[in-house]
Amino acid sequence: MTSPLLDVRGLRTVFHFLDGAYTAVDGVSFAIRPGEVLGLVGESGSGKSVAGSSLIGLVDPPGEVIAGEVLFKGRDLRRLTERELRQLRGKEIAMIFQDSLAALNPVLTIGEQMAEAVTEHAEVPPAAARERAIAALRQVGITSPETRIDQYPHEFSGGMRQRVAIATALLNAPDLIIADEPTTALDVTIQGQILAEMQALARTTGTAVMWITHDLGVVSELADRVAVMYAGRIVEIGDTDDVLDRPRHPYTRGLLDSIPAENAPGSRLRQIEGAAPTLARRPAGCPFHPRCSRALPVCQEQEPGLSEGERGQAWRCHNPQEPLP
Amino acid sequence: MSVGTGAPIIALEGLSRTFQRQPVLAERLLALVGRRAMPAALQAVSDVDLTIHRGEVMGLVGESGCGKSTLGRMVSGILPPTRGTVTFDGRQVGDLSGRDRLAYVLGVQMIFQDPYASLNPRQKVGDIVAEPLRVHGMAKGRGEVTARVDQVLAEVGLDPAYKERYPHQFSGGQRQRIGIARALAVRPRFLVCDEPIAALDVSIQAQVINLFLDLRDQHELTYLFVSHDLSVVRHVADRVAIMYLGRIVELAPAAELFAAPAHPYTRALLAEIPSVKRRRRRFEAVKGELPSPLDPPSGCTFHPRCPFALPRCAEAAPALQEISPGRLSACHRNGTI
Repeated sequence: MTSPLLDVRGLRTVFHFLDGAYTAVDGVSFAIRPGEVLGLVGESGSGKSVAGSSLIGLVDPPGEVIAGEVLFKGRDLRRLTERELRQLRGKEIAMIFQDSLAALNPVLTIGEQMAEAVTEHAEVPPAAARERAIAALRQVGITSPETRIDQYPHEFSGGMRQRVAIATALLNAPDLIIADEPTTALDVTIQGQILAEMQALARTTGTAVMWITHDLGVVSELADRVAVMYAGRIVEIGDTDDVLDRPRHPYTRGLLDSIPAENAPGSRLRQIEGAAPTLARRPAGCPFHPRCSRALPVCQEQEPGLSEGERGQAWRCHNPQEPLP
Repeated sequence: MSVGTGAPIIALEGLSRTFQRQPVLAERLLALVGRRAMPAALQAVSDVDLTIHRGEVMGLVGESGCGKSTLGRMVSGILPPTRGTVTFDGRQVGDLSGRDRLAYVLGVQMIFQDPYASLNPRQKVGDIVAEPLRVHGMAKGRGEVTARVDQVLAEVGLDPAYKERYPHQFSGGQRQRIGIARALAVRPRFLVCDEPIAALDVSIQAQVINLFLDLRDQHELTYLFVSHDLSVVRHVADRVAIMYLGRIVELAPAAELFAAPAHPYTRALLAEIPSVKRRRRRFEAVKGELPSPLDPPSGCTFHPRCPFALPRCAEAAPALQEISPGRLSACHRNGTI
């Protein structure tokens, strides 16, 4: 077993408001090995995006990372200065956001922005930086990159802009890409294209990917391992086959059961009752207990610890699902 | 429930909608020196013929910009068509006036995608639901209005005590229930649901889908269910229409369409639905992007992306033809691919 590329331990991020600090990411731990795709799944407000931003110091006030270690190639990123983090971001760790229009500068051409991403991290002559940008654009399936590189972001469609964002992330051959809902705003045929490209990249370059999404279908088809977040905690983690075929946490089970394709057409879907708690109103004990069909009295009082099964599958539940054969 | 065996409740004939755009200053200047400007007209929906039967759920599927929401808006009467007709209960909507017009306006209600934007933030929930009742005089006196509001809120799974609250005090799923309650208050017979669950969280989507299924049984409703999400449509719809660049390219009973899609575009869409049953798939992308509706390709508008395209596909647009009883597909290669 290779040693992890990224090893996150006990990460805790809070948001400071007038009436106190609210915990958005509550002691999250996971690891990603080189070349591995980890799917981080959760609903809105589960803390999955904040967890992604917390890794590389991109949480802005009133948010603050208050505890935990983020070991990347053995170095704790939380101990780096802002200057050192800037060196790292875009070079060794790249990030792709859901809204690529907001991530691109509207008054610079695609080529200018991509060249900057290269020259920021290395002494490269402008012509060579441009060549690298063109090659990266071609790699993500943009036709006639030689002319498109001189266009502005508004001249690209949503799918194309997301590809530009991916191409930019690839420029410096990062070891890790953190992708936050990169295909959520796109149509399914375009999503298919982008997933195809990301997957090819992870295979050919050995880049590890942390794919943050709410879509279990995407995770199933793309990820080697899955972590499920609920109310700031990872409630279940493991190999994709284990978590999706043999989930132990009732929340994972509930999410899978409520997928229309898993129910007979026209039948009532099996649903999880209630709604996820807001940041300010996290229930005591297990945060999922008010919605849980398997809740016991102990769930209201005591937060469950981590239980471990085979192949690194782990879950936080007092009354987990029986393992299926 | 029966699958579309009832009488037609909505019939669309040759329904089309064009949006005109005023040329911007730069384009007018370019026109002065003889440069061709961007076309000013966008054909959002082209010649749609569609009959929806009482009691059925018609799924309408397509990617962004295909015209599915425009079609839904024309059915509900929010947007007038530029050509073609909408027939409700056997009578052309354009000819209706007075009471008959009101019967259509109330009979066809719409549920919107964004539960945050479609509710007035300064109105209490009780007033949001009561407003159509008051406007149309469907309940007399405060007592009757209150009774009806309580009844409708209970039907959509909301505590009637929530009447005094404002929309921002609710979660997305609850807000969508408020929108559904508002539509149900006037006792409609037909609901146009425009991406009604797209903005909701995964665990909430199932709750709202179940609500739609329950309401259909309780009130014998008919739905036009507009969505980009094929797995949701597969679950709720009896028949499915697939739209591409303003035209219906395939129409079939849901079970048949998902078992054996006929049109190459439908096949491509189905192949791209991410599934929890597939693992580490090697993705193979549909080539190209949705063309701009301002400048659609010649002939069959799908031909630049179609793996089965022949030279004639670039020349003539295929008609929507019956390929087996109850199934239509618009493709030159129907039956040969």
